[in-house]
Amino acid sequence: MTATATATTLTTTTPTSLATASKQGSLNSRLSSSQTARRYEPKPSGKPDPTAHLSAEQVEALARELDELRQQVFDSRGKRDADYIRTVIKWQRGLEMGSRAVLLFSLFPPAWVLGTAGLSIAKILENMELGHNIMHGQWDWMRDPKIHSQAWEWDHASPSELWKRSHNELHHTFTNVLGRDDDLGYGIMRVDEDQEWRPAYLAQPLVNFLNACFFEYGIAAYDMDLGKRLREKTTDDPRFRVDLRNTLRKIRRQMTKDYLVHPLLSGPSFFPTLAANAVANLVRNVWTHSVIMCGHFPEGVETFATESIDGETRGEWYLRQMIGSANIGGSRLLHTMTGNLSHQIEHHLFPDMPSSRYIEIAPRIREICRRYGLSYTTGSLPRQVFSAWKQVVKLSVPNGFAGLASLRRWSTGRVQAAPA
Amino acid sequence: MTTSPATPVRARSIADRLLHAIATPLVPDDYLDLIAPLRSGADLRGRVVAVHPETADATTVVIKPGRSWRGHVPGQYVRLGVDIDGVRHWRAYSVTSPHRSGDGHVSITVKAIPDGRVSNHIARHLRPGTLLHLDHPAGDFVLNGHRGPTLFVTAGSGITPVMGILRNHLRELDDVVLVHSAPAPDDVIFGAQLRSWQEAGSLRLIERHTDSDGILTPDELDSLVPDWQRREAWLCGPTAMLDAFEDHYAAAGLAERLHTERFRPTVITAGEGGTVSFVRSGTKTEVDGATPLLDAGESAGVLMPSGCRMGICFGCVVPLREGAVRDLRTGDLTTATPEDDIRIQTCISAAAGHCDIEI
Ligand SMILES: Cc1cc2nc3c(=O)[nH]c(=O)nc-3n(C[C@H](O)[C@H](O)[C@H](O)COP(=O)(O)OP(=O)(O)OC[C@H]3O[C@@H](n4cnc5c(N)ncnc54)[C@H](O)[C@@H]3O)c2cc1C
Ligand code: FES
Repeated sequence: MTATATATTLTTTTPTSLATASKQGSLNSRLSSSQTARRYEPKPSGKPDPTAHLSAEQVEALARELDELRQQVFDSRGKRDADYIRTVIKWQRGLEMGSRAVLLFSLFPPAWVLGTAGLSIAKILENMELGHNIMHGQWDWMRDPKIHSQAWEWDHASPSELWKRSHNELHHTFTNVLGRDDDLGYGIMRVDEDQEWRPAYLAQPLVNFLNACFFEYGIAAYDMDLGKRLREKTTDDPRFRVDLRNTLRKIRRQMTKDYLVHPLLSGPSFFPTLAANAVANLVRNVWTHSVIMCGHFPEGVETFATESIDGETRGEWYLRQMIGSANIGGSRLLHTMTGNLSHQIEHHLFPDMPSSRYIEIAPRIREICRRYGLSYTTGSLPRQVFSAWKQVVKLSVPNGFAGLASLRRWSTGRVQAAPA
Repeated sequence: MTTSPATPVRARSIADRLLHAIATPLVPDDYLDLIAPLRSGADLRGRVVAVHPETADATTVVIKPGRSWRGHVPGQYVRLGVDIDGVRHWRAYSVTSPHRSGDGHVSITVKAIPDGRVSNHIARHLRPGTLLHLDHPAGDFVLNGHRGPTLFVTAGSGITPVMGILRNHLRELDDVVLVHSAPAPDDVIFGAQLRSWQEAGSLRLIERHTDSDGILTPDELDSLVPDWQRREAWLCGPTAMLDAFEDHYAAAGLAERLHTERFRPTVITAGEGGTVSFVRSGTKTEVDGATPLLDAGESAGVLMPSGCRMGICFGCVVPLREGAVRDLRTGDLTTATPEDDIRIQTCISAAAGHCDIEI
């Protein structure tokens, strides 16, 4: 299966890779940290540049400091880290199979509660601490062909190949760049004042709630660019066809497992087990949605103009990651249950660093942010979830008074041109 | 990485389909591996049963292979995957144990070489109980039915495949000469066993102690083994020795008499830039030490997978079959050999010597 999946990617990603080759000068620029000048592409809202106080030398020094920190951690990866990820895998698989075994008797309410809770936790761990992080290549250094970004398949509607493309490549490279990062509002929501308002956004609190409940399908849909394809009527594109077929096959397998095979195995407990799987998927969806929303939506998180990333250096990319992400503070347990995405800032700086190390470097990143006068957004889970939801609600209507003006303009048909 | 013969796609049994449906997106093996890693049908692994020193720098490791082990032909080697500091390294080692030892264990004998990562780890840190990764035995350094007059020429750890042959076939061979080189008498791996065979008249052993007598050269054969020309010969030792003997045999028109085993077929020396071969597309290109292999491949017209082009998405990972690359961000070197290929990110890797890339 892996082999065919890889073959598919080769043929499907090739056209873009050749297309990007012409732009390689600008993209490869992030391999270099040498910085000769500062520049700022203003955004439509006219918000000031949050990094205006930094000189070119300072940005270069920042890049070097972060590169060094990365190197220290990477050089010290070893048996302790390998043991960690293998232990999590062992526990996750044990918990999943144990919970499913308990659910064989889910007609009996305590078994239902216990099995459902266990399965929910197992699914969360699988998606976050395992799937997401392994597919980021955080554990490729172990050269274990099974715990590898090229081999891992996760318990999720979106096939790993597709998800890696949209998440690792687009979201992590173009983090919070208006028009380039589809994770920014998933292409269906307005999460920044600099996104132009449209009346459809009035429904976005509801859209966001539904997206939370069916998050894995929402992700699968935008991993294959479904919305855009439908809008632009390009669903007969061969690449989209392949993506769609792979996604539907994945969804069919997932559904067969959760809603047919395991319920059937439970015999008389068929319906309780089916419900248990549905609840576990729902819990996992809402949880992951909340955590991810906390990573980029809360107040204090910056977005960037499309042109601002042309010829971006390593230092500028680092800057964008730091002020474009937000952390969640809490206990070890919380960090594990979020796949350490509670350390979103650290994750965005070093997406391929083993997740278990983020907690270790967090104090140093915070100190670096303070020294360079950059924001380091963090808060408790309830606070960040609330803050993110507040943004979703607030931005569903136009920006303040100016917003009212744009509403009027809109109603008279004079829509302001969107930023290119 | 592993070369498994193409198995015909058989219709899966209903039970098997059910197990797959239960385990998806994983496969049943992923769960079974946690409970029974040595079961039949699993990826081949082995458990270390014993570790004992042979000489000051050579160590024998006794391994209980998993049930998928197909057995070996004496003289063959096995690839061993050892996790060191969390990283898996694969190396080839000749099997030295008797073929049909009752317990089904196999042994290898490893000589620690200076700065050698795996050989030193085995000598110093490997403990019984450790799970190792194995590949099926391979290699054509075998007798292949030969029973006539025989010459073995070995040096240092090169004795290992020959020991595998002798332990299994010595009784069937009635005219054996073994010329073995080692720095001093105490450095002779399996010295006691070899000498006892010599005393029992099972073979003629010529020990060469290079600290006092110097390195063995092929033209000494005439005096040491006057009838060497009529013997089928098996050689294993350092590259220089093998090269010299191959030339000598070729000059005598006896090249097909000679069988060699090279422990180090290609020497990879890291430098700046080199020739990059894209094996599957059959493209070759010269690259400097500052160009990412991704760019080099694309300019040469190879359809390279890619993504962020800055080392964070892992969308450009391909296997490096052999060669050396340098990480453009950190300067870190990575070398791959046919025994231990490594998957690399082409967007942040530059050639540091010749590179064979599987794409
Ligand atoms: C078919 C085959 C069978 C083999 N059988 C045996 C065996 O039975 N017993 C045994 O001890 N070894 C055997 N080897 C060699 C073994 O696979 C390793 O190469 C050896 O143990 C060194 O690995 P290392 O990780 O310790 O060294 P590395 O860390 O890989 O290398 C350290 C340094 O030593 C150099 N080097 C690597 N290999 C060799 C070598 N073979 N000779 C000299 N210098 C080297 C490297 O270039 C490097 O500079 C065999 C190799 C092959 C290909
Ligand atoms: S292209 Fe993204 S890691 Fe190489």
